[in-house]
Amino acid sequence: MPKSLLIISRQAPWSGPNAKEALDIVLAGGAYDLPIGLMFMDDGVFQLAPKQNATALQQKNLMANLQALSLFGVDDVYACHHSLAERGISPTSLAVDDVQALSADEVRILIDRFDQVITL
Amino acid sequence: MKFAIALYSAAHSPSSRRALRFAEAALASGHEIVRLFFYQDGVHNASSNVVTPQDEQDLTQQWAAFVSHHQLDGVVCIAAALRRGVLNEDEAARYQRPAVNLKAPWELSGLGQLHDAIQSADRLICFGGP
Repeated sequence: MPKSLLIISRQAPWSGPNAKEALDIVLAGGAYDLPIGLMFMDDGVFQLAPKQNATALQQKNLMANLQALSLFGVDDVYACHHSLAERGISPTSLAVDDVQALSADEVRILIDRFDQVITL
Repeated sequence: MKFAIALYSAAHSPSSRRALRFAEAALASGHEIVRLFFYQDGVHNASSNVVTPQDEQDLTQQWAAFVSHHQLDGVVCIAAALRRGVLNEDEAARYQRPAVNLKAPWELSGLGQLHDAIQSADRLICFGGP
């Protein structure tokens, strides 16, 4: 049975390549049919903010990749509820579907459930 | 124990030194390193163009010597390396760039190598940030 991997993505989408590079690990793992989870935490939750305008920032939009997660077999997608609340992002209006917002206790249980964890 | 070691920060960051000292200690204690994987700014650790002041630790040189001496599998993520200008001979030719700064013992490959290392190791140890 393959080991499960949780990626914790903590960087805003417009602060350099970190957010994209965290997502690339997730998509690569999904392409290999590995059990992968993705959690957005701290500034990483900005990746889920609605109505982002990449063109205005002359940046590439990550949204297409984020919305393709389920096509890559990545269905375990989470966001830290506290990080969302701190940044005024409502868990019910996220730009990506089927993201579960987790309390601090649930985050702890989630991290425990995975064999390996990468935080970027 | 079998370790996979991932490094996300450049050679001038303290986490590069910590990762190398951890790797040395792991082997010295009889453990195995299944693969080193350099990602994000960690790809700079494999650049042969880094020049360190004489009175400072030359981490890129120490990493290369360590990997060569122990014949370890030192993999540098190709997408992260291209973006940061770390190219081997093939990639410099492919993209018509004038300089080659990635040579043996380092190898360019994809993120599949990270997942493969995670699957075959007992523990994945990551070094990043400052």
